[in-house]
Amino acid sequence: MIDMPCVSPDGKPTKSGIATLSAIKNGALTPEAVSEKTGQALFKVRSGLRELVKAELVEQKDKNYKLTPKAEQLLA
Amino acid sequence: MENSEVGLPLIGEKAPDFEAVTTQGTLRLSDFEGSWLVLFSHPADFTPVCTTEFIAFSNIYSELQKRNTQLLGLSVDSVSSHIAWVRNVEEKMGVKIPFPIIADLNKEVSKKFGMIHPAQSKTETVRCVFIIDPESKIRTILYYPLTTGRNMNEILRIIDALQTTDKHKVATPANWNVGDPVVVPPPNSTEGAEERGKEGYDCKDWYLCFKKL
Repeated sequence: MIDMPCVSPDGKPTKSGIATLSAIKNGALTPEAVSEKTGQALFKVRSGLRELVKAELVEQKDKNYKLTPKAEQLLA
Repeated sequence: MENSEVGLPLIGEKAPDFEAVTTQGTLRLSDFEGSWLVLFSHPADFTPVCTTEFIAFSNIYSELQKRNTQLLGLSVDSVSSHIAWVRNVEEKMGVKIPFPIIADLNKEVSKKFGMIHPAQSKTETVRCVFIIDPESKIRTILYYPLTTGRNMNEILRIIDALQTTDKHKVATPANWNVGDPVVVPPPNSTEGAEERGKEGYDCKDWYLCFKKL
């Protein structure tokens, strides 16, 4: 089984996407902090966050990433 | 021969950034900033020498991780082909391929890195290795022909040497391995040359001095 990107073609977050979203559930984090918290390689986190921003599940402010209301609803 | 097929970034230059579809999502070269990267190309999926190389790269994966180094493969095959191949390698050879592989169908990345050598093959990438540092600077370039599989110990040795050079500001002699004496940079003045013998190094002459780390 190979690792999957963070968002599946139907727009829903994958397992690693959920892990990233969960990592920033309690507050905005940098990609480095997400990597440390989830154990995912930094390059995967950066790529995954890009996908999650495109899917409007995450928004970027400066170097930090936080959940959008859409993602909060998804995780609730 | 088109010039765009033989473009080659040089040692010391910043590696050209790209965005590419891989087996682990869409990745940019800049996603790897902060870690060392071994970017390598192979001629084609489901071919014998490449399969032995992928197994060998997977076998050194944990050693690379210890050196803060990531692996990124590339060929001009599709993602579906890459997925089928890595699944086949896992099923038949029992080796999981843990690193992403670029599906460079339009040859955009391979052209940027001079990975296609038309006299060898107009359609396949040769066996290139680019060792890129955490600031995205190219530190080593290796090329192998289609018929010769790469030496993983040499790739590890080069990474060790580069990291040792960066950390200790020294050079490494021929056939150097971790633990061996390193070369002290030669002095660049006559005064420095005169002083060199008094600095406690193992000197053969003023321009060739070794020390243990």
